[in-house]
Amino acid sequence: MIVANSKPVRELTKLIERHDRILFVGCGTCVTVCLAGGEREVGLAGYAVRMARALDGKPVKLEQVTIERQCENEFIKDLVPAVERCDAIVSFACGAGVQALAERFNKPVYPALNTQFIGILEEQAVWTEKCLGCGNCVLGEFGGICPVTRCAKRMLNGPCGGSTEEHCEVGEDRPCAWQLIHKRLKTIGQLDKLDAIVPPKDWSTAWCSGARKVVRQDQRV
Amino acid sequence: MSVQPLQTSAAPAPHGWEPEIIAFCCNYCAYAAADLAGSKRMQYPTNVRIVHSPCTGKIEMEHILAAFEKGVDGILVAGCLEGGCHFIEGNLRARKRTDHIRETLDQIGLGSGRLKMVNLSAAMAPTFVQSVKEIVETVRSLGPNPLKAATKESAVKP
Repeated sequence: MIVANSKPVRELTKLIERHDRILFVGCGTCVTVCLAGGEREVGLAGYAVRMARALDGKPVKLEQVTIERQCENEFIKDLVPAVERCDAIVSFACGAGVQALAERFNKPVYPALNTQFIGILEEQAVWTEKCLGCGNCVLGEFGGICPVTRCAKRMLNGPCGGSTEEHCEVGEDRPCAWQLIHKRLKTIGQLDKLDAIVPPKDWSTAWCSGARKVVRQDQRV
Repeated sequence: MSVQPLQTSAAPAPHGWEPEIIAFCCNYCAYAAADLAGSKRMQYPTNVRIVHSPCTGKIEMEHILAAFEKGVDGILVAGCLEGGCHFIEGNLRARKRTDHIRETLDQIGLGSGRLKMVNLSAAMAPTFVQSVKEIVETVRSLGPNPLKAATKESAVKP
């Protein structure tokens, strides 16, 4: 899922300072699961922003609604009546959701979150990055552990030698991806895969050439 | 983008103003301690309105923020001693929530001093009385909640 976290209240109030009637839109998918932009977080941010604006002597009227997914027009269209009543929209979705709203409505749209990465819930309230979205998945070669994302140097042919006691030299809170890959391949009996020399990665499928697009001709109507 | 927290705001205290404090009291400790303080005829300021809660873990952040938005001057959250929660860790969760809200209150400029959490047992009536006196004095020094005046002004406007 997409992992995000909240912008500080004062940054958000600065973003919306020129508007008096604002629609806060939560998203019921990834950002709800990562406790950043669901119905509850929208409500809490609403209290904080209303109080901050009242203290600044510029009271604001907020309307709050949370839709199932902000990255799909099918759900966004439910917002039309609420958007018409407001001067601006604050999106509590990932960057994709914010842009989806901005493409759909001719009103200012502001982000309430900082989108971080594609990751998983490691433990209660701890999320870690697992996928860079490089467009050419190599997980099959490395026992299901991604060296492109989880190795700070993106090494594809073994560890760099900088790790200490299973931790990456970049930070003690990061496990060495190559230590994990070796352990994993040993467990599943595929250590022989490490004998192969992996050629330089083709990065043309990654973000390097700008925003990407996926078209499924067989599914188009 | 870095944003500096604002200075704590306070409306000028009108003559004869007395702080309005809400005390969210856990059923198993602070509420009983307040009861015991009453039984022992211990005196504490009458500024406090006690809200009986089954556990401080039941007090949501929305409850506290809504009270401040409506103009209450200060809030005391009183839960069991750490390790003594009837529901194992409700008081520990309440501590994290109150810490989080205190940060928010600082960011918006209302001031974290208006919110305090204390831990005590049902037998600690003197501690309850002392905590009430402390928060009343703290809030008295901070002045009235400026949101109360702001809410009244906006209510008057068409």
